[in-house]
Amino acid sequence: MSEVTIRVGALQQVEPPILRFALKQMGDGIFKTTKFRILKAKSTLKCRVCATTWQYNQKKLDKATAEAIHFVPEVAHSYVKCPKCSSPDFEIASGRGVWLEDIKGVKNE
Amino acid sequence: MIDSRPQVISTRLAGVKRIVAVSSGKGGVGKSMIATALALSLAKEGCRVGLFDVDFTGPSTHIILGVPNSVQPTEDKGIVPATIEGLEFMSLVYFVGDKATPLRGADVSNALIELLSVTQWGQLDFLIIDMPPGIGDAVLDLVRLVKRIEFLIVTTTSLLAFEVVKKQVQLLHELKMPIVGVIENMKIDTSKTIEQETGKLGAKYLGSVAYDPQVEAAIGKPSKLLNTAVGKTIDLLKKAEKEPRK
Repeated sequence: MSEVTIRVGALQQVEPPILRFALKQMGDGIFKTTKFRILKAKSTLKCRVCATTWQYNQKKLDKATAEAIHFVPEVAHSYVKCPKCSSPDFEIASGRGVWLEDIKGVKNE
Repeated sequence: MIDSRPQVISTRLAGVKRIVAVSSGKGGVGKSMIATALALSLAKEGCRVGLFDVDFTGPSTHIILGVPNSVQPTEDKGIVPATIEGLEFMSLVYFVGDKATPLRGADVSNALIELLSVTQWGQLDFLIIDMPPGIGDAVLDLVRLVKRIEFLIVTTTSLLAFEVVKKQVQLLHELKMPIVGVIENMKIDTSKTIEQETGKLGAKYLGSVAYDPQVEAAIGKPSKLLNTAVGKTIDLLKKAEKEPRK
């Protein structure tokens, strides 16, 4: 495994240093020489009522709310509203959690 | 893009011996009361029990248990449920408090997968899951992600409830999912209709729980709940376990 690219969405606010520490815990094995790329992704929300799209901004929320969204991003529907029509009925269009974007390596036949 | 969360769910549940989803095709039949009472009774008998409320848009087990707003799970390599009345208790209310949680299907699935993949249940004899009504996202996701789940079905005497429950039982049979049995809740007459119809479905009729006006007064008072008719639910299951399997 030569390179693993991980994306971290803004909504879940996973701290890259903590993720990097967790990845180190996997031990050597096939990850001995792996380069882990941790990239951030903005979180885009799209209102299902008026089609407005906007970007999630953690700084507009208090610490406890941001923490709740960190644990379960879907609870954003309890705290975040469409900036245009105030509806909580929005789609998390991108940047929800943590996902593997790309893996490079040699297949062991 | 690969979602790694489903891979970890079986690891998170590895220390749990039995996983029982208290479920019904219809709402308002008393699932949450049955689930909570059953969990409390099992804990009282010395079992290690978890209670997981997955009725995300209408949670109520925290109200039945009287969980104070200040109680929170802790963070340790995931989320460790708070212990309430001897139960390892997990609910979305920890994260939303009294706020409404308007979630569509995909959001329900995502929240369920998230909680299943981060909750550290530890060693449990039973994990009781309080399901939302219906045979939608939560049922389908749990069937997909928790292979050894068993369903305990709750109905009332009303045909309005049982006709929907019938569809749920048929679906679970088609999916080859184990059904512990059917409980007839809030029974106010001596009719045998539900018992007979359940038999025709090929599911076990566990018995009935009488309508008990004291149940409402026991909300928020777990010890009182166990002294009501719903508190005797565990006896139906014990009786069924003793009977020879057909």
